[in-house]
Amino acid sequence: MIDFPFLNDVLLPPLMEGLIVTLKLIFCSVPFGMVMGILIAMGRAYGNRQVSFLCRLYVIIFKGCPLLMLLFIIYFGLPSVGISFEPFTASVIGFVICNGAYNSEYIRGGLQSVKSGQMNAALALGMTKRQAITSIVLPQAMRRALPGISNEIIYLIKYSSLAYMLTCIELTGAGKIVASRYFRFTFVFMIVGIIYLILVSIASRLLRVLENKLEIPGLIK
Amino acid sequence: MKTEDELILKVEDIHKSYGHIEVLKGVSFDVRKGETKVFIGPSGTGKSTLLRCINQLTEPDSGHVWLGGKEVTHSGKDINQYRQKMGMVFQNFNLFDHLTAVKNVAISLIKVKGMKKGEATEKAMEELRQVGMEAQADLYPAELSGGQAQRVSIARALAMDPDVMLFDEPTSALDPELTGEVLEVMKKLSSRGMTMLVVTHEMGFAYSVANEIIFMEHGKIVESGTPSKLVTAPKFERTKQFLSRLSELYTLSDKQ
Repeated sequence: MIDFPFLNDVLLPPLMEGLIVTLKLIFCSVPFGMVMGILIAMGRAYGNRQVSFLCRLYVIIFKGCPLLMLLFIIYFGLPSVGISFEPFTASVIGFVICNGAYNSEYIRGGLQSVKSGQMNAALALGMTKRQAITSIVLPQAMRRALPGISNEIIYLIKYSSLAYMLTCIELTGAGKIVASRYFRFTFVFMIVGIIYLILVSIASRLLRVLENKLEIPGLIK
Repeated sequence: MKTEDELILKVEDIHKSYGHIEVLKGVSFDVRKGETKVFIGPSGTGKSTLLRCINQLTEPDSGHVWLGGKEVTHSGKDINQYRQKMGMVFQNFNLFDHLTAVKNVAISLIKVKGMKKGEATEKAMEELRQVGMEAQADLYPAELSGGQAQRVSIARALAMDPDVMLFDEPTSALDPELTGEVLEVMKKLSSRGMTMLVVTHEMGFAYSVANEIIFMEHGKIVESGTPSKLVTAPKFERTKQFLSRLSELYTLSDKQ
């Protein structure tokens, strides 16, 4: 049975506060993760040997290591060399680094899938290589990368719960506190789970709408 | 007789190799203002590479290109200036897939010429009108037929007000019906005094429009001359062979 007084009076108020933190984490991480992904992908696709190598190294490291370990290093490790962040900031930095690594793979694939004729045509019109990339190649690449990036945003919504491990009390953390105090783990985390499910469903729908809006006949599919 | 100061494009001793294969073995020619030169010859003889060497999409190993007296080769960053002046039309159209027809034409006006969006769109519409494509202005490349796409790509190149137009087999990807509409636009352009270099297998077009036909094989110019001279009385056996092979093909297709 659902215990409505407990749900309404005890559980939901802290969960809503946690939800706000979760949303802040997501909205701060997604744009920077996107920018990071674009930069790394461009570095790999168009950079000189050194830049390309560094970008590849970045992807290998941050795709290959657990995000939690990365968060621990940023929050608990870096203060020993004099760099310290608030739990929220440390979490966002970790998310952006990780999200950027994955995004860059999708965007790189998108960049490489744009036919060389597009670049040639742009150059033949007198565009600089930079103009050709930013106004011709990248817009096409991003459209092709969007389904993959959407997936990463969905993952981000879920792994934002790791911020709790850095004492940033977001949705999962808020749930954990209530659950421990009242010893009602199953019920509390079921509610927390439902909230994540709703978040992910809304995000999926919005991203689908965005994909449709950006769709161009013949470009994808 | 045309005078020396009408010389608009000078190509001198262009060499280009890919690995061990020398694609261009020293090609030179002059182009005067308003002239249409047609390059013919078997596939793989470097005609397309030659065009791409002129606007430096492919960098030649040696040789020089001058446009209006200024050197295009070794021009460093200035190459973007010269490329604006040399419109290029590709075999596969290469329209920007994410932009509508009108935006395909407008984008370089905005990005390269720094025009305002409204002004650029207006000019783009005018260019589309010139090639009879204003009705399809809001369609994406994938929604256009090959002939329509190629006409948009011609409009896109013309919008930059080029001194010379380079056509790299503009009708090779089109079926005969669509070929006609593209050649029609090119004929109009030539008759209006546009300077044009055209790589093509369309002998009918070459014969009726070209001031000079240049026959190339194995990376060299074998012979060149006015259409009537080259087609009716070729000096070299190889030219004769190639032309008769072409006309054989055309007679065959006419009989069908």
